Amino acid sequence: MREFAAELATGTGDPGPYAPFPHRVISRTKETADTTTLVLAPVGGGKGARFSPGQFNMLYAFGVGEAAISMSGDPSEEGTLVHTVRAVGNVSTALSRLGPGDVVGVRGPYGKGWPVDQMRGKDVVVMAGGLGLAPLRPVIYELYAHREDYGRVEIIYGSRSPAELLYYDEIQSWRTRTDTRFQVTVDSADRNWYGDVGVVTQRVPDARFDPARTIALMCGPEIMMKLSAQALEARGIAPSDIWLSMERNMKCAIAQCGHCQFGPYFICRDGPVLPYARIRPFLAVREV
Amino acid sequence: MTSLGDGPIVLTEGTHPFLERFDPKFLAAASANAREMRFETDEYVFREGERAQRFFLILEGKVGLEIEAADRPRLTVQTIGPGEVMGWAWLVHPYHWPVAARALKPTRAIALDTFVLHRYFKLHPDVGYRFVLRLMPVIAKRLDDTRVQLADIHA
Repeated sequence: MREFAAELATGTGDPGPYAPFPHRVISRTKETADTTTLVLAPVGGGKGARFSPGQFNMLYAFGVGEAAISMSGDPSEEGTLVHTVRAVGNVSTALSRLGPGDVVGVRGPYGKGWPVDQMRGKDVVVMAGGLGLAPLRPVIYELYAHREDYGRVEIIYGSRSPAELLYYDEIQSWRTRTDTRFQVTVDSADRNWYGDVGVVTQRVPDARFDPARTIALMCGPEIMMKLSAQALEARGIAPSDIWLSMERNMKCAIAQCGHCQFGPYFICRDGPVLPYARIRPFLAVREV
Repeated sequence: MTSLGDGPIVLTEGTHPFLERFDPKFLAAASANAREMRFETDEYVFREGERAQRFFLILEGKVGLEIEAADRPRLTVQTIGPGEVMGWAWLVHPYHWPVAARALKPTRAIALDTFVLHRYFKLHPDVGYRFVLRLMPVIAKRLDDTRVQLADIHA
């Protein structure tokens, strides 16, 4: 398998849009029982491709298959890619088992990310459910790195339990910042948890923002995003200012195969980040 | 250790958001036997199965509602914070707490004596009706939140 990867790395000519570029796993962090964060670097060195917060890569577990995985690292860091993978199927399980030194194929980055340019000068609300924090982490890095460019920042993260919180140490550090409010809530907890228990939507009424000049970003299960968008709309944020990162079964990632079609949109090309105003009608339709 | 505030409480509309726009006569009556209570972290406000004799208006801190769970330690299923109210089991037969409430940080609350409330509402059913109308959205919201929790929205 590594020989094949090496051939890809040294190949000549146009590899075509489906050719993965080999990357080596630099480090592996087990976030939770089923979720792992991999740091990748191009085989043979180099800076690697730049990306915008919210974009995704196709990761190829050689011999198993490809899966779309969001970028979850700092977009300002060159030379490495960070992906957080939950083991739910054959490909994601194979990716989760990779360790330092292993090689993985990478295609990308793809898709449209978070509306960072529109966010500048405004209040920002970030809502994440479960693994949905991973695609939002790059934009959180951006918010913290250029904090003076934004108004009030509210981050609301919900997890099933304390044991399933991602990036635990980093969140602890983020929560110490006084220029941003980072709320964490879980569905249920044992006696060792002294934080909030409940769902993310319960935190919306207390969130501090000016609805007329707020951009909201959210990622999580569709039901979480639907309910969160409704809660934010009830607070006065316009649907066009609420942005969702959608997930569909992406195969080609270049709007050719149609697997990720969502109503009139291809999530790989038109998304994965889309405004609620555009996709709200389709969220109400079963099996779109 | 639970501690009580100094002296009797005089409830006003400004004491707690739940009391806004209530008749001053009712507030004066409800002040009888009302107590400000303070709970240290991990101290129980009430325990499952105990007789429900107080209605709590949370002023500061955080309280976790706990249930017993099969094959697992006790689970905290909801937290309640400042500006919120806690406990309506005193309105529902057999008037025992169905959950336990534990302070998750130093907490200050006003505890209303529900015997006083029952007595007042029997004499003034219109006030009792308004009280229940004020409480119902809280109960409905907690039920909605529980439904959303069951939908596994944080997967």
